[in-house]
Amino acid sequence: MTERIGVYVCHCGTNIAGVVDVAAVSKWAGEALAGRGVVIARDYKFMCSSLGQELIQKDIKEQKLTRVVVAACSPHLHERTFRNACKGAGLNPYLCELVSIREQDSWVHTDKVAATAKAKAIISGGVERVIHHEALEPLRVPIHPATMVVGGGIAGIQAALEIADAGFPVYLVEREPSIGGHMAQFDKTFPTLDCSACILTPKMVDVGNHPNITLMTYSEVQKVDGYVGNFAVTVKKKARYIKEADCTGCGICWEKCPWKFVDEVFEAGMAKRKAVYTPFPQAVPKYPVIDDQTCVYFSKGTCKACQKFCPTNAIDFEQKDELLTVQVGNIVLATGFDLFDVNRIPQYGYKRLANVYTNLEFERLCNAAGPTGGNIVLRDGKTVPKAVGIVHCVGSRDQNYNPYCSSVCCMQSLKFAHLVHERTGADVYNFYIDIRTPSKGYEEFYQRLLEEGTHFVRGKVAEITDTARTPEEEGKLVIQVEDTLIGKQRRIPVDMVVLSAGLQARHDAKDVAKMFGIACSAENWYTERHPKLDPVATMTEGIYIAGCAQGPKDIPASVAQGAAAAARILGKIQQKEIALEPVRASINEEQCSGCRICNSLCPFSAILFHEDKMVSEVNPALCQGCGTCVAACPAGAISGTGFSNEQILSQIEGLLLLNIPVKEAVA
Amino acid sequence: MTDTPETKPFEPVIIGFTCNWCSYRAADMAGTARMKYAPNVRLIRLMCSGRLDPTFVFKAFAGGADAVLISGCHPGDCHYATQNYKAMRRFYLMKRVLAQLGIESGRLKLLWASAAEGAIFAKEINSFVEQVRALGPLHWNTNSPEILDKTVKEEVIA
Repeated sequence: MTERIGVYVCHCGTNIAGVVDVAAVSKWAGEALAGRGVVIARDYKFMCSSLGQELIQKDIKEQKLTRVVVAACSPHLHERTFRNACKGAGLNPYLCELVSIREQDSWVHTDKVAATAKAKAIISGGVERVIHHEALEPLRVPIHPATMVVGGGIAGIQAALEIADAGFPVYLVEREPSIGGHMAQFDKTFPTLDCSACILTPKMVDVGNHPNITLMTYSEVQKVDGYVGNFAVTVKKKARYIKEADCTGCGICWEKCPWKFVDEVFEAGMAKRKAVYTPFPQAVPKYPVIDDQTCVYFSKGTCKACQKFCPTNAIDFEQKDELLTVQVGNIVLATGFDLFDVNRIPQYGYKRLANVYTNLEFERLCNAAGPTGGNIVLRDGKTVPKAVGIVHCVGSRDQNYNPYCSSVCCMQSLKFAHLVHERTGADVYNFYIDIRTPSKGYEEFYQRLLEEGTHFVRGKVAEITDTARTPEEEGKLVIQVEDTLIGKQRRIPVDMVVLSAGLQARHDAKDVAKMFGIACSAENWYTERHPKLDPVATMTEGIYIAGCAQGPKDIPASVAQGAAAAARILGKIQQKEIALEPVRASINEEQCSGCRICNSLCPFSAILFHEDKMVSEVNPALCQGCGTCVAACPAGAISGTGFSNEQILSQIEGLLLLNIPVKEAVA
Repeated sequence: MTDTPETKPFEPVIIGFTCNWCSYRAADMAGTARMKYAPNVRLIRLMCSGRLDPTFVFKAFAGGADAVLISGCHPGDCHYATQNYKAMRRFYLMKRVLAQLGIESGRLKLLWASAAEGAIFAKEINSFVEQVRALGPLHWNTNSPEILDKTVKEEVIA
């Protein structure tokens, strides 16, 4: 054996030593594994302490160790600690292996003898593995200073502004004609009842005017190439049929457009818009779009009213979709949410019963810029309701639909109840499963609603019907519910019902995640790198997530995540280059037969095929190190650093004690 | 075997492969939450279940493991997008090959476990250990010196 290996067994106080006989393990490692190159084996109370680390460093220098095995906690906790300790003593950090005898042994087993035996096997595996470790250097790649933010809702706006204010360029891509997202549709925001537009539109204007922000509205990302620091993103800029350079946003075109269509997006079907339109008066950018799906010119070939009246000749019916490719170093995905489709619960009568509304429709109804000027009236446009039912958890916390809590509906429903009280004086019934108000000022808002006299009925609504059983129910919507606090079935007649539909991942979230190379949860929310400690990064370097795309959340949380993603990215930009873990695959050209099996296996398109040489090559900056190609190569031409075949096969031998001759094991 | 099954139950040795992102973290989670499970599984961390070269599995069986566990992220949750599906394909392939080698299919298990599923990880390991215990030692070649050595060595480290 040419390697000189040091084995360090941690007591972790009594966390390990309470179950595993660490002294015996250390003694055994020093003796039985001496033939495998172990020159020293020690146990110590806390290996991660500075004294513990110094112990290792001292041995590296004095004993001239070439490899270090630490048997302690999970590598996810302290791998970096011990690698840095080795680095401090002049040993390449990748020559250190941390094996877990705490999470995988002492914490999960009660049989001390068996746990001690397992610890020995684990260390034996670590020793065999570490022999085959190589000295590695992290990969360094430069970072392009520009960032792309996908999604112009409040989370994306916040991220874009933070980065742009710090002096770096941002491309903000938004699918709709204007930024603003769902927040622009709302009337008031809980629990302070700030006017949503009043707090949002100044930020939208800032985005529109910011010298560092390139706004790409009515645009969608088509393709993402490259890797952290060096993404090339292709964006499809849909034809607006408006020359942005000439348009002043005067609004004559949409005044003159003779055609009206129901606005399903911004007005949630509650109002109409023209074929040429901006979604709302404060839209950013100010230029309208001509919707070629509805514009009569595109279907019949005549009209052009807008063009005739445009004072600056800004209408251009010949415009085509454009494909633009931009270079960015990092990307924020803030693509937001879709509303749960309440039609999936037919017993709630949406669409069949006129005065059953979704939460988004009700937001528009309350909004001073909405279809009724902020008057809460029934679909007939004039009758003020005398009683309103608000149903919480529609499609949420329900095994038939979405099992999760949509997190915002309780507060939103309380807000609705308040607005109904304030504007109509109607009786309000809130039907809830549990009231969840866990943020600053939220519980106080709930108390306020209780004092306002809102009727809270604890129970899941079974049915909403217009079939009357008593004279009082005639002409009303009747809410059938089991009031679980009094243990009785109740029928409550109301004039209007608001369904607080839950939040869902965007219908195309999965495709978007695939395009950007990130993972989704079972419900298609984007998966963060760590649910607690790294909530805005993803497993793909350089791609960050913010807002509801990551999971249901309210405006303060979305803003916090947008800012957090920006802070993470600014840190990366400032470093100018990024160090990547050198766990990468590489192909030996001599051995590669050019079969291309690996090409299609790589989810990151990191493997290029050289037609001229008929061999494949791994782009180390694109490779994420999963090792699938290594396992698949029929010629064994691909090796994976950090997880090579030699390392794994040797670890198997070590774990099965094949490395120790029987007589030494007995001794 | 020096002990008869009556005096001491058979303790299988199982090699487990976990991915770095979900199933290894599930094992960490089981540890952090102090969930108890049988000590028979010795884990090897790979970056992804897609890294699992069938050679590893055969090597483990050849080296005296009584069973092999393969675990990764749930389908759709893979850190590397879809690589766990590749592991799944190999798993079914390996099962067929193992059957041809006369190894019971119950000795190879595929387990999806997310980073939050420590309890599932622990429970599944327990049931797998019981399943392998019921199958008994892998009689690869009981007379081979390696297998006799294995028995001695397992007893010595205990």
